[in-house]
Amino acid sequence: MTGGRIPVGERFRGFRARLAADGVFRPQRSSVRLGHGPKVGAGPAEGAPPAGAPGSADAPVPPRDVPSVARRRGRGGRGGEELRVPEAEFTSYYGRPILKAPVWRWDIAAYLFTGGLAAGSSLLAAGGQLTGRPALRRAGRVTALGAVTASAYFLVNDLGRPARFHHMLRVAKPTSPMSVGTWILTAYGPAAGLAAVAEAAPLLPGRGVFSPVRRLLPPAGQVAGLAAAAVAPALATYTGVLLAGTAVPSWHEAYPELPTIFAGSALASGAGVGLLAAPCAQAGPARRMAVAGAALELWGAHSVETRLGLLSEPYRLGRAGRLLRAGRLLTAAGVVGALAGRRSRVVSALSGTALLAASVATRFGIFHGGVASARDPKYTVLPQRERIRRRSEQV
Amino acid sequence: MPDGSSLYGPLDPAPDAGWTAAGPRMGFFTDTSVCIGCKACEVACKEWNAVPESGFDLLGMSYDNTGALTANSWRHVAFVEQPVPAGHRTAPFAGNPTGASAGATSAAVAAGTTGTSGTEPGVPPGDADAAARMATAPGGTVGASAGDAAGTGTRFLGMPGAAPPGRHTGVETRTDFRWLMMSDVCKHCTHAACLDVCPTGSLFRTEFGTVVVQEDICNGCGYCISACPYGVIDQRRGDGRAWKCTLCYDRLGAGMTPACAQACPTESIQYGPLDELRERAAQRVATLHDRGVPEARLYGHDPTDGVGGDGAFFLLLDEPEVYGLPPDPVVTTRDLPRMWRRAGLAALAMTAAAVAAFVGGSS
Repeated sequence: MTGGRIPVGERFRGFRARLAADGVFRPQRSSVRLGHGPKVGAGPAEGAPPAGAPGSADAPVPPRDVPSVARRRGRGGRGGEELRVPEAEFTSYYGRPILKAPVWRWDIAAYLFTGGLAAGSSLLAAGGQLTGRPALRRAGRVTALGAVTASAYFLVNDLGRPARFHHMLRVAKPTSPMSVGTWILTAYGPAAGLAAVAEAAPLLPGRGVFSPVRRLLPPAGQVAGLAAAAVAPALATYTGVLLAGTAVPSWHEAYPELPTIFAGSALASGAGVGLLAAPCAQAGPARRMAVAGAALELWGAHSVETRLGLLSEPYRLGRAGRLLRAGRLLTAAGVVGALAGRRSRVVSALSGTALLAASVATRFGIFHGGVASARDPKYTVLPQRERIRRRSEQV
Repeated sequence: MPDGSSLYGPLDPAPDAGWTAAGPRMGFFTDTSVCIGCKACEVACKEWNAVPESGFDLLGMSYDNTGALTANSWRHVAFVEQPVPAGHRTAPFAGNPTGASAGATSAAVAAGTTGTSGTEPGVPPGDADAAARMATAPGGTVGASAGDAAGTGTRFLGMPGAAPPGRHTGVETRTDFRWLMMSDVCKHCTHAACLDVCPTGSLFRTEFGTVVVQEDICNGCGYCISACPYGVIDQRRGDGRAWKCTLCYDRLGAGMTPACAQACPTESIQYGPLDELRERAAQRVATLHDRGVPEARLYGHDPTDGVGGDGAFFLLLDEPEVYGLPPDPVVTTRDLPRMWRRAGLAALAMTAAAVAAFVGGSS
């Protein structure tokens, strides 16, 4: 089936070899504390103390391998969903994950950004259209078309069978956020496309066969732009349900916040487009959109990083933690720049870029945080144990 | 939108899915107390369903070289070694020392092996910390505290090894242990998250109440894989589609027994109408309790649990997570109405913010 398979038995020979070299072997993760003091790394037949001897010097002690859990315990009193952080000891089957981690590649994280960017841009374009700010309208419409095209590419490319993408259109299922999203995109895409194409009307020759097209396109673009803007909030927020509608612990439990984060991120990235493309005289609404989007995004991200107890941990550690921290810094910088750079085109453009980068970082951070939570059985077992404990206390 | 009970709570799934003349719901009862770990179920399943090979490698996880349920392994026999006396813990065994015969190190190494299952995510490496705890967790509590989460623990004894436990260390450290074996399979949940979230309609509910993937429809979006609370369904590499146990839909249609149950030599895997199986399972637990196996308990049998009860349920001899099962799975779509409400609120907030940005300013 797959080429280049490792010869049969190779891995196990490696396993025995590593065991034989026990004295120098350390598991790859630096946080591992194995066994008890001097017995660490002793041979397989003598490594552990006799069981059933509690109280002896060798008595098993609770592992200290996840001290950060207790130390960074979330504060209580922030709503009913808080999970008390139990001690990190739990049983597992060879430490293997219980859940299957998402098979979605980076395409999906990228789509979270481009989908939000399209939605934010469409809102910006509609605002520009209705309040007579042509620069905002043009930039928003063109960006929206580019972003929704990229979205379609990412979504189809991530399928295991890309040629069957149209099977999504067989059914409309409210229980499947992906099906709902498919139909949202199906409604949004053509509208955004028409609105963007209408921007090209002045380029058409005024005479001949193109003349009626040139006349009809702008009004059609107005209608399509408003239609796209009407669908845009759904496009920006359904992705929160898309991620939450999984068994991935840190996504599912974050269901109240994810749509808010993504809405804020979409607004901020749309505002970023406005700041980049529009002259200072027209960019006022983009600045206010940036502030509102950043507020929603920062509040939501702060909430998932603190409210979920143990399940907030994946959002603070590793790659997800770095990305979310970077996103926060970039958002703050973007907002400050947007407000301070009212008269400077350069500062505005820089802050617009920062807001776009912040949106990318936040989306990838949320994505990777969830994936990390599915890969570690700790995040599956401990919250479920806690749920059982609370239920038995209620009875 | 289906009504609330279609998403959560006790339910007979086949009529709920629109079958008008459905027979009784069929399922599996897997009694792990009589499983001998022969893996005949794994082989029979592969033979009948033409499931591709899933790698011929040794994982260092006792005699489990399958690793997990994957797209290429629709049955998976788990092996758990525990340093507690097997059998009835009667006087002849009382003086035997028990204890781990392998170090935490080897358990940690075992967690690092990866399978060559040819699937995504397949058999990914485990957490070395958690695996190491298999050899350092407090032991000796099995039976004494059945149902108590705190005291149970798996011990990694280093099977398969070159020598029996205690060979090199003298008789005084020789250990007694028990071996838990369990043939895991798709649970065919009453409220199946994979089916609920499938955007193509590829996953469907059969007239037997089981859940099946239609391979000619699946486009490999992968949503079912992250939706399954048991980590059952998986994507086949190169093929791109999601695959899992069909409960031998073709055999059921012909009035036959699924291949794994047919092949099981000890009747650890029992197939039949779910009501009948539940009754039989309750009797079996009572019998085991009478015979001095107080740790016997059922898993997935309860129609009021988070997934509305499993179509394939189990008799276990330790906590579910010891076998790699989630202790309290909940179907993700239980919260779906609340999720959509939150998304609606966020969408409104977004619209309001955009309107305010254009209306409420001077510049």
